[in-house]
Amino acid sequence: MSKQDEVWILGINMTKFGKYPDRDIVDLGAEAIQAALKDAGVTMGDIGILAAGNLMGAGGIGQMLQKQVGQTGIPVYNVANACATGATALRTAVMAIKAGECDYGLAVGVEKLAGAGLLAGANRAEENDTWTPEGRFGAVVPVDGRIGTATMPGVFAQIGMEYGHKYGGADFELFAKISEKNHSHSTLNPLAAYNKEMSLEQIMNDMMIAYPNTRPMCSANCDGAAAAVVVSGATLKTLSLEQQRRAVKISASILTTDPWQEACQVLPDVNTLTRNAAKTAYEKAGVGPEDLDLVELHDCFATAELVHYDNLMLCEEGGAVDFFNSGATWRTGRMPVNVSGGLQSKGHPIAATGIANIWEVCQHLRDECGNRQIEGAKVGLAHVIGLGSACGIHILEKSAA
Amino acid sequence: MSEPIPIVNYLVLGEAPHLVSYECTNCKARFFGRRNACASCFGSEFNQVEVATTGELRSFTIVAFAAPGVEVPFVSGIIDCDGTSVNANIINTKPDPEHVVLGMKVQLATYSMGADADGVEAIGFGFEPIEAA
Ligand SMILES: [Zn+2]
Repeated sequence: MSKQDEVWILGINMTKFGKYPDRDIVDLGAEAIQAALKDAGVTMGDIGILAAGNLMGAGGIGQMLQKQVGQTGIPVYNVANACATGATALRTAVMAIKAGECDYGLAVGVEKLAGAGLLAGANRAEENDTWTPEGRFGAVVPVDGRIGTATMPGVFAQIGMEYGHKYGGADFELFAKISEKNHSHSTLNPLAAYNKEMSLEQIMNDMMIAYPNTRPMCSANCDGAAAAVVVSGATLKTLSLEQQRRAVKISASILTTDPWQEACQVLPDVNTLTRNAAKTAYEKAGVGPEDLDLVELHDCFATAELVHYDNLMLCEEGGAVDFFNSGATWRTGRMPVNVSGGLQSKGHPIAATGIANIWEVCQHLRDECGNRQIEGAKVGLAHVIGLGSACGIHILEKSAA
Repeated sequence: MSEPIPIVNYLVLGEAPHLVSYECTNCKARFFGRRNACASCFGSEFNQVEVATTGELRSFTIVAFAAPGVEVPFVSGIIDCDGTSVNANIINTKPDPEHVVLGMKVQLATYSMGADADGVEAIGFGFEPIEAA
């Protein structure tokens, strides 16, 4: 990649994740945008494209946010890609810069999810007096609960259990230990929705949602927003030394979907598209998994984190259980994973997640992460999965300036 | 007495109940729902084929918390039926990790979901453990 083609993160911000009963998605998105602009040292007047993500709202979040922070007539892309929405928004801004359409881009993701309860798995509607086949499968009743589960905790439980069946060693306790790690990490993150240490016993004895995932092993529904300002490499060179020093290089920005696999019609395959994205990302960035100083991966459930150790090639194929048991993924280990607390404890305001995980990596690369700083971090990876499916991977590198 | 009706159109009732799927004539990829083209090879010709009624439990979860109206707990399983993956509930056994075990052999089983106002019975399906004799 030539210098001209490089794209950098110039400013980035996430709001504290949590409950905001008195603030709406526009308030939260605007807070993240203004903080990201300030962090970048630019204004809405510099921005040439806005990509905005919000999944649970009525649509048109980008234009709503412009009216709140600055209406300049620039193109807006409202993007939706399940839990990969934030990463997709960022990549949209990156592509606009690579295409030479503008010098500065802005990406934002925002969600209000506190108290949302269980995602997917439709409420069962009133049943007819007579059995009436409906829909693509001619179902006479809603099938969630009668033909398997459509709920996220159940789907991802099956994904983790499938790995356990294939390679062995993954049991309830192992998955709970992964959650114990992330809850422990979050105690150092003041922006996390939850900051409580949880013991293995507490996690295993908490309310069972979908075996082996208990409640603390599921991503925490909460409110929050994150935004990032991206800039072309050529423009960055014209900016102040301080801006150049704090800028973070996007060495790879990859988006994949799930290619056909035999079982994907009955259990989403979150593995192949992640592995494909990781391979491409490492290749583009010219780094390998061994070069990573930290990883923020999509631990929407404890069962998901395990399979992504393998998919991101942080360990050898089939070796995720041993890899975790070695202690590698604790913040003191050789490959810290989800030092932010991850989705299980930092929280998962869906559309914000794919930018918030990049914020976390950037804070470490800028050496601005306070008491949870991974010392000397130079390269990091952020990963998200949206079921359906979409996978976004960004590899980020510390500035040499 | 009217004929019973299956819970979904890919369950075939009768003497030997079984699942059916579309199979791509070119690459043999299988789909429970109709496709305009094969998701694997883009071929557009399909045959209807029977899916094996026995298989191995490749993954499962025990759902304890679900949407209102869904009875819990229940076991959702992914069953490898001789190369075709099927999602179904694991039934006729206790929904706990002592009775539901990865790798266990299971077979298709049907059950009555009751009769409607016209006296038509709906039939559901799941997979049950094959008891070692
Ligand atoms: Zn085909």
